[in-house]
Amino acid sequence: MRYLPLTQSDRQAMLATIGAKSVDDLFVDVPAAAQLDGPIHGLPLHASELAVERHMSALAKKNLAAGDVPFFLGAGAYRHHVPASVDHIIQRGEFLTAYTPYQPEIAQGTLQVMFEFQTQVARLLGCDVANASMYDGSTACWEAIVMARRVTKRGKAILSGGLHPHYVSVANTMAKFTGDQLVTSLPTFSPEPDTLDLINQIDDDTSCVVVQYPDILGRIEDMSALAEACRAKKALLIAVVTEPVALGAIKSPGEMGADIVVGEGQSIGVGLQFGGPYVGLFACSDKLVRQMPGRLCGETVDAEGKRGFVLTLSTREQHIRREKATSNICTSSVLCALAMSAHMTLLGEAGLRRLAEINHVAASAAADRLAEVDGVELVTDRFFNEFTLKLSKEARPVVRALADKGILAGVSLGRLYPGAAELQNGLIVAVTETTTEEDVETLASALEEALA
Amino acid sequence: MSNINQSGWRPTTPQAGEASGGTFTGNRALMLEEPLIFEIGSTETTGVDFGEAPSGKSRLGGLERSRTIGLPGLSEPEAVRHYTRLSRQNYAIDLGLFPLGSCTMKHNPRLNERMARLPGFADLHPLTPVDACQGAFEVIHQLAHWLVTLTGMHSVAMSPKAGAHGELCGVLAIRAALDAKGQQARKVLLVPESAHGTNPATAAFAGFSVEDIPATEAGRVNLEALKARLGPDVAGVMITNPNTCGLFEPDMREISEAVHAAGGFVYCDGANFNAIVGRVRPGDLGIDAMHINLHKTFSTPHGGGGPGSGPVVFSEALTPYAPLPFVEKQGEQFVLVEEETAGEHHASSFGRMVAFHGQMGMFTRALTYILSHGADGLRQVAEDSVLNANYILRSMEDVLDAPFAKSGPCMHEAIFSDKGLPEGFSTIDVAKGLIDEGFHPMTVYFPLVVHGAMLVEPTETESKATLDQFIGAFRSVAARARNGDPTVKTAPHHAPRRRLDETLAARKPVLVWKAPVRAEAAE
Repeated sequence: MRYLPLTQSDRQAMLATIGAKSVDDLFVDVPAAAQLDGPIHGLPLHASELAVERHMSALAKKNLAAGDVPFFLGAGAYRHHVPASVDHIIQRGEFLTAYTPYQPEIAQGTLQVMFEFQTQVARLLGCDVANASMYDGSTACWEAIVMARRVTKRGKAILSGGLHPHYVSVANTMAKFTGDQLVTSLPTFSPEPDTLDLINQIDDDTSCVVVQYPDILGRIEDMSALAEACRAKKALLIAVVTEPVALGAIKSPGEMGADIVVGEGQSIGVGLQFGGPYVGLFACSDKLVRQMPGRLCGETVDAEGKRGFVLTLSTREQHIRREKATSNICTSSVLCALAMSAHMTLLGEAGLRRLAEINHVAASAAADRLAEVDGVELVTDRFFNEFTLKLSKEARPVVRALADKGILAGVSLGRLYPGAAELQNGLIVAVTETTTEEDVETLASALEEALA
Repeated sequence: MSNINQSGWRPTTPQAGEASGGTFTGNRALMLEEPLIFEIGSTETTGVDFGEAPSGKSRLGGLERSRTIGLPGLSEPEAVRHYTRLSRQNYAIDLGLFPLGSCTMKHNPRLNERMARLPGFADLHPLTPVDACQGAFEVIHQLAHWLVTLTGMHSVAMSPKAGAHGELCGVLAIRAALDAKGQQARKVLLVPESAHGTNPATAAFAGFSVEDIPATEAGRVNLEALKARLGPDVAGVMITNPNTCGLFEPDMREISEAVHAAGGFVYCDGANFNAIVGRVRPGDLGIDAMHINLHKTFSTPHGGGGPGSGPVVFSEALTPYAPLPFVEKQGEQFVLVEEETAGEHHASSFGRMVAFHGQMGMFTRALTYILSHGADGLRQVAEDSVLNANYILRSMEDVLDAPFAKSGPCMHEAIFSDKGLPEGFSTIDVAKGLIDEGFHPMTVYFPLVVHGAMLVEPTETESKATLDQFIGAFRSVAARARNGDPTVKTAPHHAPRRRLDETLAARKPVLVWKAPVRAEAAE
């Protein structure tokens, strides 16, 4: 077997050193009744690289890859072009096959990447500090709600209807067990997000308000007034960013007064990957850093005075604090963070702004074109690269019918909010630099036909 | 601000002198110093070319970003060189033995990487209509079948993002099951002192209170003490098996029976599943829930600290409470059971833990690995990993204290203590000494139940020649420490950095780069 270097004679020699007759002697602590006498029946035996590749390739071919068709899906996962060098960099064995940098003298590569990533993310989100990443946006969002509870010692979180429904669902699941009180609502077909409603709901028990920016329908709105309202009641404003490319074009949440900014970094460097692994972003102000969950890398010096980096503030973490830790999180998403960081380095500020501009202009043009179709109404008038259409009929069957024709038309609100009758005609459409004008035309014609 | 590095400041590189080998650059041949991107990049540089933007009107409605973000860019050659240079300051399994105990640093096959990058998997959106991503669901379903069969359990939740997230999934299912029976009063989870820190942290995060289970002299759960503590307030136990001392819990079935009889559930931390995969099925030991670290047993890359992946296998009793979403086969069709479809069949599910469906990129890699090894190869994995660990144990026990060596063989990892090292020398010195020998050190000071613990897990992907060289180096460093060799105290001497000041980092945290004040201005 190609991954096992020991030969039969090695095994015999090693058993002799150990003083065991056979490898069975090494399993003496396992009760005989619990030991299997051979390979588990009914499962296939080992296979060649070629055979495995055939098997997996056949499965991959059953899927409709985004790059093969006109593609308009977003809603928390975005398709952008990733430079070839990013994938090369993350496949360097020294990055790919390293462990968490517990021995910093021989892990400066990963540690410096973490430090650069933290700085890039903090700047992008408009905060003082960022951690070295979380599992994904949805878990980062819940961790932010828990952090707000720790900071404010209050248990009521108000979630905007514009927050991704999966993120709401994760928070609802967790809150059932932790006793946190969540105020949730559904989005509505309004060009404006629910900011005023949120402001009116903030009271003295509120730990935080959670808003998404751009929100699930693609809407963007200044959150300064909301931040002000939170501050007046000593609640925290948590902003969630699921499309960080947007921040190349629009103001960052930190600039507008958000206390904690979390997000999903997938859209920069990571790729779609059917939902994971992704990279959760987590940033906040300096004064909150000791309440922050997750890994942090910090600068220091070595015994010769040279600059170096180490994992730090680990007194917040589970391996030291055990049941008193800020979170049970034991890992981050470092390889995805590297992908994001390398992509940001390749883009630089000028590149990110240009990329964001191209996305926005392309999306704006697509929105105009699609709104010309009979039976299509553009709901969102301020957005970045994603907008919501209201169709003259239920959107979900339309999406399915178009997928059968090889067009991935967008995400229907019926898929995201199956119970909400009033939202069933909604379709979220994302347009990026990978979308061509021809793709938009194809979608427009197909919608015309489907809605006729 | 046109340039990030307005000050013209350059990073601290060693001054030309003895310590740096006297070079102008501070480099030492292939060991190259590398500044931060903020010191070498500029906000005006980009390594990406763009096509023309189509025409269209702006709909940003006054939210246009006006301030500089401060993101430096590098051209492609500079970027590739930056990261390549940084990569060379890392130790990695591709470079050599990485014997971190309980971390299972095994070879990461490159076929896994190739398969994960097939466009049908890598370029697939998670909300693709289900008819258009049947192959992805089939991957999840096939991997789930392997995991359930290898563990002898009833079902598996695939969505948890990492081991600790899997732990959370397991204890939430236990909580949900108890609540469904009206047993809200069961709030205590019993956790052995030797447990990984995530166990108590997870239990606390899920609202349980945590109590220690004492260990026996032989490093196992004290069954009698455990039985004595069981009662109507106990929700269950969280046990690691094989445990963090590298030992199998021989009383596991008795433990499970006692816990079940007392109305509780048994959670098993599956971090060490590599030792028993294909030889022992946790389901036969009475376990109710166990997470599986795909990045350990099933060879998906650790990537310098994630992404992990932590599917959780469940017993029949806990299956109804497993989280959404999951994939089911109905006839020839794979369906995704989500909030809307959970309906009457899965009404007891405790809910969703993550957006989308879990770590798909890890599923393709793990399935590729599993198919490569097959049922026979995986059994050989367990046997070779245990053989390699015992070989190290018996080759070291005369120079290092091995607290449990007398009680019999170890499983996949060998544990040593700092007993016998002279005053002023500790485990950390042995670890740093190994760095100079070209090896990543073992896990140190964990588990807490062994003083100055050194936990060595070689895994099955190391050859005898590598193990012999490691043993030689380990014996040499241990002997030098025992003899009070002062150069061990100052190791490493040959790494990219000497020992780093972790106290300083924590006392005055510098977590992001800030442009330094100009030297002349500061004077």
